[in-house]
Amino acid sequence: MQTAKNLGEYRSELREALSDDFLRKAMDNFAVAYRVSREKAFAGMDIEAVVQAIATAKDNAVARMDELYAEFKQKAEAAGATVHLAKTAGEANELVASIARKAGVKRVLKSKSMTAEETHLNHHLEAAGLEVTETDLGEFIIQLRGEGPTHMVMPAIHLSRYEVADLFADVTKKKQDSEIEKLVKVARRELRAKFNQAEMGVSGANFAISETGTLAVLTNEGNARLTATLPRVHVFMVGLDKLTPTVEDALTAIRGLPRNATGQAITSYVSWITGPAQCAAAPGGKKELHIILLDNGRSAIAKDPLFAQALRCVRCGACANVCPVYRMVGGHKYGHVYIGAIGLILTYFYHGRDKAKNLVQNCINCGACKAVCIAGIDLPRLIKEVYARIQDEEGHSLPNAMLGRVLQNRSLFHGLLRAAKLVQRPVTGGTPYLRHLPQFFARDHGFRALPAIAEKPFRDMWPALKPRVDAPKASVALFAGCVQDFVYPEQAVAMVKVLAAGGAAVEFPMGQSCCGLPVEMMGEKKAARDVAVQNIKALDPAVFDYIVCGCASCASHLKKAYPRLLADDPGLALTAQRFADKVIDFSSFVRDVLGMDAESFKNDAVQTAYHSPCHLCRGLGVTKPPRELIAMAGQYAPAAEEDVCCGFGGTYSSKFPEVSAEILAKKLSHVEAAGAARLVTDCPGCVMQLRGGMEKRGAGTVVRHIAEVLAENLKG
Amino acid sequence: MSSKNALADEFTAKAQAVSAFVSRVSSPEEALEKIMALCLERSACELLATGCELPLSGDAARLCDGKQQKVVAAPGLKKDLSKKLAKLCADLGVRYVTEGMREYVAGVDIGFTVADRAIAETGTMVFNSDSEELRLATMVSEIHAALVPVSRIVPTAMDMAPELRKTFSGAPNYTAFVTGASRTADIERVLTLGVHGPLELHIYLWEDK
Ligand code: SF4
Ligand code: SF4
Repeated sequence: MQTAKNLGEYRSELREALSDDFLRKAMDNFAVAYRVSREKAFAGMDIEAVVQAIATAKDNAVARMDELYAEFKQKAEAAGATVHLAKTAGEANELVASIARKAGVKRVLKSKSMTAEETHLNHHLEAAGLEVTETDLGEFIIQLRGEGPTHMVMPAIHLSRYEVADLFADVTKKKQDSEIEKLVKVARRELRAKFNQAEMGVSGANFAISETGTLAVLTNEGNARLTATLPRVHVFMVGLDKLTPTVEDALTAIRGLPRNATGQAITSYVSWITGPAQCAAAPGGKKELHIILLDNGRSAIAKDPLFAQALRCVRCGACANVCPVYRMVGGHKYGHVYIGAIGLILTYFYHGRDKAKNLVQNCINCGACKAVCIAGIDLPRLIKEVYARIQDEEGHSLPNAMLGRVLQNRSLFHGLLRAAKLVQRPVTGGTPYLRHLPQFFARDHGFRALPAIAEKPFRDMWPALKPRVDAPKASVALFAGCVQDFVYPEQAVAMVKVLAAGGAAVEFPMGQSCCGLPVEMMGEKKAARDVAVQNIKALDPAVFDYIVCGCASCASHLKKAYPRLLADDPGLALTAQRFADKVIDFSSFVRDVLGMDAESFKNDAVQTAYHSPCHLCRGLGVTKPPRELIAMAGQYAPAAEEDVCCGFGGTYSSKFPEVSAEILAKKLSHVEAAGAARLVTDCPGCVMQLRGGMEKRGAGTVVRHIAEVLAENLKG
Repeated sequence: MSSKNALADEFTAKAQAVSAFVSRVSSPEEALEKIMALCLERSACELLATGCELPLSGDAARLCDGKQQKVVAAPGLKKDLSKKLAKLCADLGVRYVTEGMREYVAGVDIGFTVADRAIAETGTMVFNSDSEELRLATMVSEIHAALVPVSRIVPTAMDMAPELRKTFSGAPNYTAFVTGASRTADIERVLTLGVHGPLELHIYLWEDK
């Protein structure tokens, strides 16, 4: 549970998490194992079709929330349950407490419910004098620790067997062996005794099916079944977002949920409960059954055109499993109650701006969550939107607003970059890196060498550089992006060389500016929109066949975000779409459009590892062309986790340098393990991060943009 | 026939993949014999390590004390089958129960039930569990043994949707999908069977007509 008051406090919490060796190792193992088991679970299935089906069914249900609630209530009550609607978390908690009071309950058993975590139900019931016992093993453990969950599916993933053994020794007042099998059995017996005594059960549900008034509950342990069976009273606490019209919709989601969560085809148990079941402990042999549907903001989110999709979430936890930041810092630092990408979003809505404002900044925008989400939620976009909203509500921070204003004015921005070049001289020591950094700066950024601004930006070189191509295959506008233009102009030079050799006529329109991604990341939406307009005007899609870009982040922003940013501008929407349609990344253009192949290059036989930039592999879905090109110009040496983020994330690496450094360290170790003498990627931002890291390590591996390697190995 | 066999094979493979023990029987009686053999195979009073042998708190240890004789529970069996099982148990000195399962929350050795449906795609069994006795028998047994008539296997859960809708509409209703034994990975992500429910699941596929 993340509760830091400000960014500084949050960062020191992060540092603490980063130094927890057990956590780090557990998370690493998990991240790697999860991918393998997920892949196995979906083998032979069309995952995209499953995602589509779930997204469509959920969107439909969310749009009809009120109607489904009415239908569910009618059916469930006809079956003998009592259905309540709770507007707020407090109302829901009080409802549970009053049901307990009226029924003379003293002991409550809970089986896992994220909704009850959301409302902090346990605190409320305990304050009302009730004994509450969590029965899900992970929840039982964290309850003993007095903590919140660190994962939605595996709440105690942060704890070791030794810590669990100590906890159980406290409970049993006897020394415990740390063997996991035995610890599980101890919990089995201890909890069995509790099952025998409790008068009331509380649980969550995964689906509330309105056509029949049925609740569906998925568990592996079987605790939900015992919880819903033994006590004489049962209360389900369920979010309104769990309403679903039909049995088919629930079955559709069940095809995806367990597979995506834990790589299981289905959980051990799925209970379908309609009305009060037979219960020998209850008067009349029939259980007293209550169903509380919790709103707590959901009906308002359902009506929001953008955020409604957040209610598709089926709580599989996968967006945390693949998140490089979650992997480094763990769930207590990557969510309040809800964890992972969806947690960053839901915290804002369910637990407020204060709890969310630091968290939402801790997203590196790598898109891994979006790619794995079984409900197809555009999580990184919603995270950015939450950040933008928080800033609109609280006032924009000075650096953000300033950067926004600078970027809106291209000549001011470029002027500042040129000025920076002059100021940096004393700290470069004649190298292409910023050496001798001032102390306060060096501490945070010590994990990598920072590059210096180039002597001459690419735009100044262009007039002398522009190649002549006779009978060109295509006319191309080159979009360089700030980093290639001002830090690594040699990459753009190499691109031009390769493009010309492949038969493209290249132009470099001078009116181009920053793509705008950094300001969008900072929640400066207006500035993001303004620079988009500038670039669309500078690189007129009516003039060029292609807009080629050697920066993965810029390319995916130009292609994916521009049409969205300008969608509501009738004068520009169409141009923005035409512009986006023409944007293509450098590797795909060279390989697929120009058709360059092994004949075009010499092979220098250097062992070459590849880093697959987030915004290329997930943002644009490009995976093959760069690897094929590498194999033409050198020896491709596959490394582990090629498509995991390098930790750069633009401004992220300066905001959360400690996390960035750890992500980078992992990446570099994988490259070293692959035995590569050269590391290639197709994004100048990644080059900056990776090269800075290699330089700092003193490793011999050179880091190059793919265009540089191709240009050096051009035949003829 | 061949498609029925294919379903049975798929069901078997998927159930085995989640650690269920699957065997074929030619009659329900054969399943009963196998269950009793299973009962004999294990040493007396302690079919499986269920935690009672470990250091427990007072309450939990007391609950274990009530668990001294071998027990086979089979609520909800058809009369003739129930009679046969009762006789087999009596012959072997095993207590046979068909009701009052709440007295056995500490655990019974074997719970035997007949599946209403099975789903090949996931190796799942479907039980109509309106009866609390039946529900508890599948939860508090250390070994859950179940008979699955091959004719009751459907390819996927979706094939059961209309049937489920009908069943739920006859509320109150409690329907359970059971796939493999109870499991957890909550401590260091190590897969451990039998956290709250059965430690083992034995399935007898019966090739009925
Ligand atoms: S975009 Fe990447 S860093 Fe951000 S939440 Fe998703 S997975 Fe985590
Ligand atoms: S947002 Fe998507 S990936 Fe994350 S828990 Fe929800 S459904 Fe799963």
